Amino acid sequence: MAAGTNGIKIAIVGGGLAGLAAAMKIAEAGHAVDLFSVVPVKRSHSVCAQGGINGAVNTKGEGDSTWEHFDDTVYGGDFLANQPPAKAMCEMAPAIIYLFDRMGVPFSRTKEGLLDFRRFGGTKHHRTAFAGASTGQQLLYALDEQVRRYEVGGKVQKYEGWEMMSLILDDHQVCRGLVAMNLQTLELKAFQADAVMMATGGPGLIFGKSTNSMVCTGSAVSACYQQGAKYANGEFIQVHPTSIPGEDKLRLMSESARGEGGRVWVPRQKGDTRAASSIPESERWYFLEEKYPAYGNLVPRDIATREIFQVCLDGQGIGGGNQVYLDLSHLPAETLDRKLGAILEIYEMFVGDDPRHVPMRIFPGVHYSMGGLWVDFDQRTNIPGLLAAGECDYSIHGANRLGANSLVSCVYGGFIAAPAAIEFAKNVQRNGTDSSKIYDQELKRQQEINDGLIKQSGTENQYVIHEEMGKWMTDNVTVVRYNDKLKATDNKLLELMDRYQHISINDSNLWATMALPHARHLKNMLELARVITLGALNRNESRGAHYKPDFPKRDDENFLKTTIAEFSGEGPVLSYEAVDISLLKPRVRDYSHNKQETAGATVAASASAAGLPPKEGAKQVPIGGEEQKPADLSAPVVWTQDKEKVNAPLRDDETRKELDKSIEDAGGKSDKV
Amino acid sequence: MSAQVQHSATAQHNTPSSVVIRIRRREKPGADQYWEEFELPYRANLNIISCLMEIQKNPVTREGKRTTPPVWNMNCLEQVCGICTMVINGRVRQSCSALVDQLEQPITLEPMSKFPNVRDLIVDRSQMFDHLKRVHAWIEIDGTHDLGPGPRMDQEDVSERYAYSRCMTCGCCLEACPQYDGDNYIGPQAIAQVRLFNMHPSGKMTRDERLEGIMGDDGITNCGNAQNCVRVCPMSIPLTKAIYEENRETVIHGLFGWLKR
Repeated sequence: MAAGTNGIKIAIVGGGLAGLAAAMKIAEAGHAVDLFSVVPVKRSHSVCAQGGINGAVNTKGEGDSTWEHFDDTVYGGDFLANQPPAKAMCEMAPAIIYLFDRMGVPFSRTKEGLLDFRRFGGTKHHRTAFAGASTGQQLLYALDEQVRRYEVGGKVQKYEGWEMMSLILDDHQVCRGLVAMNLQTLELKAFQADAVMMATGGPGLIFGKSTNSMVCTGSAVSACYQQGAKYANGEFIQVHPTSIPGEDKLRLMSESARGEGGRVWVPRQKGDTRAASSIPESERWYFLEEKYPAYGNLVPRDIATREIFQVCLDGQGIGGGNQVYLDLSHLPAETLDRKLGAILEIYEMFVGDDPRHVPMRIFPGVHYSMGGLWVDFDQRTNIPGLLAAGECDYSIHGANRLGANSLVSCVYGGFIAAPAAIEFAKNVQRNGTDSSKIYDQELKRQQEINDGLIKQSGTENQYVIHEEMGKWMTDNVTVVRYNDKLKATDNKLLELMDRYQHISINDSNLWATMALPHARHLKNMLELARVITLGALNRNESRGAHYKPDFPKRDDENFLKTTIAEFSGEGPVLSYEAVDISLLKPRVRDYSHNKQETAGATVAASASAAGLPPKEGAKQVPIGGEEQKPADLSAPVVWTQDKEKVNAPLRDDETRKELDKSIEDAGGKSDKV
Repeated sequence: MSAQVQHSATAQHNTPSSVVIRIRRREKPGADQYWEEFELPYRANLNIISCLMEIQKNPVTREGKRTTPPVWNMNCLEQVCGICTMVINGRVRQSCSALVDQLEQPITLEPMSKFPNVRDLIVDRSQMFDHLKRVHAWIEIDGTHDLGPGPRMDQEDVSERYAYSRCMTCGCCLEACPQYDGDNYIGPQAIAQVRLFNMHPSGKMTRDERLEGIMGDDGITNCGNAQNCVRVCPMSIPLTKAIYEENRETVIHGLFGWLKR
């Protein structure tokens, strides 16, 4: 185990961007880190991020500012994000990019040798720094290298090939460490820690096929939830508009393809079977450009996804199927190679066509969870001593994440969580009288779960259960959501949980088996799937990635609130918490017009309109009644809420009847399944 | 080892009705290896990973014998994490990007031979990460506090560094290298990382430490110039160029390095 200067040791679970960012900061401060990861950290899912990292560096003379980035982020997230941490992230973003630049990330350059920036969805500015089209890989490697440096120095001890099973909580529900399992030997071991930080990424595998890597099960986070951690905004799942459908997974086609000029279209004529190249310009329907003249192909992801989905539903997809064209073939091959090479290779490798000459065929795919563990503004969960950062926490992105904001939010989260974890560790009373007992107890509990699974001999196949869960979740809890289907899905999940009791581990060789870890993931995924489904069922509005045709409008009066799910034996208990909107007043989200037109003038817009040079980035603030700063920023703006209406337990039949009735009253579909 | 790429041109013209896969298996370290053959219904666009997933769901051999599910490593499935590397039809590569339609049947899957075999198709490549420690594959930054941007750089230099920086430590180069056998030679991947950091304006300042990491008995001079590494590298990293450049640097360092002391 790693040794710190003053005996403080912090356990980090997950070795992606957020986990490594925190590990680097903690080690730099002289403290010890135990770093747990199911795969060697260099193989974490962060490598899949392609397009880039946002930061309002404003080297393009466009009048960009960190405030503008903040405004885009909150507006893009449909005002569900707590605003102070989103603002803090945008303010830190330029320094984060510069730090990676110093660590040697080969960011693409301008002719003057400065960092180059490209455009991404949901903004009008060139704000995205990029390293070819494998920015996530490059950023992860930079942190991996720095953490390896601290590993050599003895500050970081890696536990690669160890999976976290559960937290160790003392009698006061304070987190004292964790139990992890060695994935070769299946040995379970208790690890003491003065604070534990979760950085385990998203739960994409709950949807079966997604753009996520195979480690993205959400299992460890679900374990925390089942031990009392609050899970927030679970229903907000981003479906990326452009992915390449595959047998084993959906491969991401980065938004940078549209950022560099890629155009989305379908043949005007339904069921047109001609090859793309032989369809003349006049017979192509560029539906995003037509419907959203201000942002065109670069509308935020939730909007692009719904439009593509709807076009295919209407039978306008290529050949009547579930595919549309993403066309880069009008751009010079040299530019494409330099700026998008890596992703074009992926398409070529897995589909066989050359996207430099043939339009790509794409369809939306589950991509990112805006929801996650509830954290305060210092990345602390409700369990003392447990922190979270990166995709596994819910902060920053609200109801929809903007492209290229994920990498920056991971690093920001890690950089905030690290000092918060150290502060907790310094002040917590360590090694209470009953401490050794709690480690033994939790170890025993986990061993019993494993032993039970190994002994179990039923007829159910765990992989079939996983597949069914994935299909139900993808069909009913993604782009378009209906309450009757959400209820049916929850019933299905209960059925699958029941069937889970009858699975058998089909591997008699337990050495390095994949069967037992998968069985553990599956249970945790089912629990989290209910949180996602019931959160969606209870939220009768449309906001960001959450869209219900029966409730097509955003409903700030009732639902400008964070969904909080807490575990109980009966299932998730939902409650709601006010959103901190102390900095920007919620306004209608409309991407068919420029943001300034809908929002009123900002300094940046008026300055550029007057031909004046933009002011220095961070100091810009909007004028004209846009900014609302209450005298006391520490107190969130509290929204009145009808607690009875939204807090009712979901498994209660009475409530279900009431919900049914309210939906029918509202002209919605019948809920009887 | 055959470094032959099988292109779709060599694949079957008629759609086959099934996929036959032979897997070289091992129960645990030290146990004997054995072959098992599986057959599954053909579908279009299958890759090796989806075949393995299908076998895992219901592990029955071609002869109808129930067996243990074969195990393998996988993660990103987009050929950027490097974890799913194995030897497929005699050629080392990632199994996620190995498409059935482009492979001759029966398809043989074997674990990489240059690393300790954990079970079935899983190997332990931790020695590669140890090599990265030895060559100090990082930039020595003064701290993570805000010190403004890094040095300005020419896009041409950035492009060359980017090529080296795409190395995912998959181990294909070491598997294909006739010189590499466990701990006798540090190998192309680590040398290319030396090149990556020694090219960087800040990295240059500590370049001697890296050079010394590749100058021992198991160092760069063990390269036999077979050039297999560059042929099998899935990221098309110019590994032989890195070896050439670093060889030059180490020679100069060996001749004149003592003057700096």
